[in-house]
Amino acid sequence: MAITVSRPKLNWSERLYLPAILGGMAITFGHLKNMLLGRTKVTMQYPEQKWDSQMPDHYRGAPALVKDEGGRVRCVACQLCEFICPPRAIRIVPGEIPLGERFAKVEKYPEKFDIDMIRCIYCGMCEEVCPEQAIFLRKDYAITGYTRAEMVHDKEKLIEIGGVMHGLVLKWNEKK
Amino acid sequence: MNPTLFLIFTSLLKIVGIVFVVILPMVSYSVYAERRVSALIQDRLGPNRVGPAGLFQPIADAMKFILKEDFTPANVNKFYYWLAPCLAMVPALMTIAVVPFGSTLFGVPMVIADINVGVLYVFAIASLGVYGIVIAGWSSNSKYPFLGGVRSSSQMISYELSLGLAVIPIFLLVGQLRLTDIVRYQIENGWMIAPFVGHWTDGWKWLLAIPMSISFVVFTIAIFAETNRLPFDLPEAETELVGGYHTEYGSMKFALFFLGEYAAMITGSAIIVTLFLGGWHLPVPWWNHAHGFHWLLIDGSLGGWRGVIGGLFNIFVFFGKVSVLLLFFIWVRWTLPRFRYDQLMRLGWVFFFEIALVNIFLAAIIIACLPQ
Repeated sequence: MAITVSRPKLNWSERLYLPAILGGMAITFGHLKNMLLGRTKVTMQYPEQKWDSQMPDHYRGAPALVKDEGGRVRCVACQLCEFICPPRAIRIVPGEIPLGERFAKVEKYPEKFDIDMIRCIYCGMCEEVCPEQAIFLRKDYAITGYTRAEMVHDKEKLIEIGGVMHGLVLKWNEKK
Repeated sequence: MNPTLFLIFTSLLKIVGIVFVVILPMVSYSVYAERRVSALIQDRLGPNRVGPAGLFQPIADAMKFILKEDFTPANVNKFYYWLAPCLAMVPALMTIAVVPFGSTLFGVPMVIADINVGVLYVFAIASLGVYGIVIAGWSSNSKYPFLGGVRSSSQMISYELSLGLAVIPIFLLVGQLRLTDIVRYQIENGWMIAPFVGHWTDGWKWLLAIPMSISFVVFTIAIFAETNRLPFDLPEAETELVGGYHTEYGSMKFALFFLGEYAAMITGSAIIVTLFLGGWHLPVPWWNHAHGFHWLLIDGSLGGWRGVIGGLFNIFVFFGKVSVLLLFFIWVRWTLPRFRYDQLMRLGWVFFFEIALVNIFLAAIIIACLPQ
């Protein structure tokens, strides 16, 4: 059933429309004036101004491999992140650490560690699942490239992004 | 020099100067102004990347349009499809021929063709602009452009009536159709929207301001409708008709429609300025010992460098007035919403047509009572 909507009765000045038009033009002119006088806050001019300094600690940017204070890449190539990764962005080729080296008891290290940044969804599950505190989501967010190959972060790139992380548990340093 | 040769030479110089040096850059920068002003009105910044404050944006836009693929859809009527963009651009530029955009420069009158049917020519040519839109809509062989073309023709016909009727009070008063004479009359008797200037104590002149301002308002609104500007942009209503009559167009052909619309805006503003706002005339307050304080008329009639500066000043004043009107057009566009189609038709036929008609009689009575 159709519902009849009662229309409001307009008085003659409302029916003339002109006061409404002039009021509208006054509003738009006010916005124009405030913009010209710099009173209105506008969008940040992105490449010149960035919000990086105000970024919260829990920000999830590009995943990266970190080094500890000793300069050791902490990844032990357990491949848990590779298995948990929902978009399957991570590819790890494990290698063996030869006997006689200081961290020989770790046994494995990543020979290759690739993260396809086209696939990565920045979910942070790799960081959550990592038993070695080796992979962290850093604050890099502008990941760009001209080709698909450029968008794959290899081990060097990941270590470069990751940098050195302080205050991690150094469980392999103790003599056991 | 042979006077005929001199006329041909100066006319060519004026055509090239006015079209390529003034109008076309003005068209591209009015697009830029439209984008910047609309942005500022909406609390944004607008294009500010290309060059200082984005001032080279029109050049980048032109490059983009030229480099795009010139694509013709398969099922269009090729001849009319190619003809339509030209028909949209050319009338807008042709209208400027009779508009006096300055007094004189080096003794040459600053109007391309000073013909005695001035305003009739303007109306005749300006109404050709609708053919570009109608042909574009028809030849595209697609439903939305077709609807846009149909809307455009009905809208233009409706508003041309009030456009023509609104200027009749001016010709009742001046008795001339030649636009230079209208400007000359306004210099001697005050601008059309302020005919009391210089006759401060004459009550009839004050009364005359009423029909003249009604004419001005009706004429300006009709120009809005003629140039398809919001709130009358039904032919290209994006929300209803995709893009309206130019939906099937791309690259430079689209750019011609786009720029034709702005060129029509500029010529429309130029005609408003010429008819109602005193054309190139701007009185300058001056003081000297002989006459005390008085208003100085600057034009190109003085000898030597004073005349040259005066002529340039008049051209500058004319295009300054046009620019102010263009900014007004932009301001209105970003304030008012589009009319519904039946509202548009009712406004044109029931409101503006009648008001312009009554206004003629009002003006006639007042002019009859004017002391000679």
